[in-house]
Amino acid sequence: MSAPTTPAPHPTTHRTMTMVAAINDALDVALGADNTVHIFGEDVGVMGGVFRATDGLQAKYGEARVFDTPLAEAGIVGMGIGMGLAGLKPIAEIQFAGFLYPALDQILSHLGRFRHRTRSRYHLPMVIRAPYGGGVHTPEQHADSPEAILAHTPGVKVVIPSTPTDAKGLLLSAINDPDPVFFFEPIKLYRSTKEDVPVGDYRIPIGKARLVTQGDDVTVICYGGMVEVAQKAAAAAQAAGIGVEVIDLRTLVPMDTDTVLASVAKTGRAVIVTEAPRTAGFHSEIAAVIAEEAIEHLRAPIVRVTGYDAPYPPFTAVEDVYRPNPVRVAKAIRQVMNY
Amino acid sequence: MLQVIAPDGAVIRPDLLPDPATRLHLYRQMRRARHFDERGWVLYRQGRLGVFPPFGGMEASQVGTAAALTKDDWLFPTYRDTGAALTLGLPIARTLAYWRTSPHGWHMPADLKVLPFYIPIATQYPQAVGAALAEQRRGTRNVAMAFIGDGGSSEGDFHEALNFAGALNAPCVFILQNNGWAISVPTRHQTRATDLSRRADGYGIPGVRVDGNDALATYHVTREAVERARSGGGPTLIETVTYRIKPHTVADDPTRYRTDADNAGWDAKDPVTRLRVHLLAEGLMTEASEADLLADIAAEFEAALAEADSYPEPTPAEILDHVFAEPTPQLKKQREEILAEHVAQTQAAQGHKEQA
Repeated sequence: MSAPTTPAPHPTTHRTMTMVAAINDALDVALGADNTVHIFGEDVGVMGGVFRATDGLQAKYGEARVFDTPLAEAGIVGMGIGMGLAGLKPIAEIQFAGFLYPALDQILSHLGRFRHRTRSRYHLPMVIRAPYGGGVHTPEQHADSPEAILAHTPGVKVVIPSTPTDAKGLLLSAINDPDPVFFFEPIKLYRSTKEDVPVGDYRIPIGKARLVTQGDDVTVICYGGMVEVAQKAAAAAQAAGIGVEVIDLRTLVPMDTDTVLASVAKTGRAVIVTEAPRTAGFHSEIAAVIAEEAIEHLRAPIVRVTGYDAPYPPFTAVEDVYRPNPVRVAKAIRQVMNY
Repeated sequence: MLQVIAPDGAVIRPDLLPDPATRLHLYRQMRRARHFDERGWVLYRQGRLGVFPPFGGMEASQVGTAAALTKDDWLFPTYRDTGAALTLGLPIARTLAYWRTSPHGWHMPADLKVLPFYIPIATQYPQAVGAALAEQRRGTRNVAMAFIGDGGSSEGDFHEALNFAGALNAPCVFILQNNGWAISVPTRHQTRATDLSRRADGYGIPGVRVDGNDALATYHVTREAVERARSGGGPTLIETVTYRIKPHTVADDPTRYRTDADNAGWDAKDPVTRLRVHLLAEGLMTEASEADLLADIAAEFEAALAEADSYPEPTPAEILDHVFAEPTPQLKKQREEILAEHVAQTQAAQGHKEQA
């Protein structure tokens, strides 16, 4: 009788990761592939970031490539702009998207317009990563969704993943993009799900939406932290016999309008979900595009499910009132169905 | 406050005098800058230049500092630092184009690391830190120099940049041109501080105060700061004490906010005259050789003006160029809109002409 043999291991092409691990993996791949890549921000070095997105990277790549800065967001972004001008690929971490505001002058005055104001003599291949959004009971100013401010800024791209695989693939595309990219990471999804993520240099193109579920009756357009909320609402609707097509935009700038319009042309109904304040949010842009380009297909008014025009409330007991939940999305789906 | 020559040209610090060729170079650059400033006023009044901020009287502050750089270094100028940019080598034609609101003024020469004039205040300071740090990370000895005014030193970016540069040991030279006014607000209303160079103390970096109307002094301290930065010694803040004799811009009326008493004495401290008297006294220049120099400068300027005149105006769709490396679908669509609108307007204008 021969000894039992161990089966040869399958070549591993995937590894199970949370979103934050996938982001760490993408940063590792980028640092390893290109020595112009530099990561900096508050607490990103020894500590590995408050969410551990940069865990272990300073130890692996040294203090010159992964380093802590003084606590000053305008300084972080402004310095990153200078690094980008001088030929590096800067990746800045802003600790929370709600802390981005001191840097808005650098972003609005310079980051977005440097290519334009130098007629492409200089360009800024800079990535600014920022955890955003609510749902995890953070203190004041830790749960903001300021993506519309950036989407309204010419010359910058805005990317928001909703899965570990997308986070890795989109982040590597962002790092390799010649232009500045804001990469908002939904805090709620950092560790809540795991999936098999491709190892190595894996990329998902910027500007292509993802069809999350297919359905013939209603199109739900969302991104980031709202994708899982929309999925839950879609599942409930499906159980009630309503076919819901959930589209994860992935990229706000440039927006994949073709995918949105094709879906709305099929379903004739649109619900848009974000956790940002209602007035002048990116959801309004999506609604305007649908109204301009596909109004003849609409069988019901477009409905937005959003946060409210108040600062994001840090009150655990009622946080869920502000942040859209599956019940509110399901109600919006019924509303467009019953119009 | 360091001075090398007195307002009457007399040598105060013979040990700090640069060699004769350097002194003549500084004079030539100051004269080029002043010529631009003076001709700029005329061109503005003729409608051949847009609104621009004059800098006459601040030539030593700009030329003496920028002259300490090489073409491998970075220069981050404010809108008032035409003199510094010209000194590092920014072509006069491009500079005229910039203040003419032509996109040709946004095309910077490939062999020069001078950034377009910064309109927002102080934002370029952290960026200079980043460029300096990048040079250090790439293993060069190149430095970055950034300019600011006394008003700009109230901005948060100024303080963040000084702190970053110190903490990260960036090879950066910060020039703070204290010219007395932030449009209508005098320095005494801008800050209770009276010696702005001492702000460096708060960030653990050297601060130097220098007579900003003495080109030999500004050159000396800036060269020291540049050398320190190149050799790994970190950043320096240099306060050049000077005066904005002229209005904030050619469209500004300073009689609304300042008096002759405010301006008193500054003409006598004129930086160009100061070096001129010194060079003549030392025999490094004669009135005849100066006349040749001025003729050269005038000819150079007129040739550059002709070049600027030859730059074509932008076409409408050009406003959408250079936003991203690849235009987004949205930009492509907007480009089509502009082109269609342009064609429609051109046809309408032709129809109108035919009717008339």
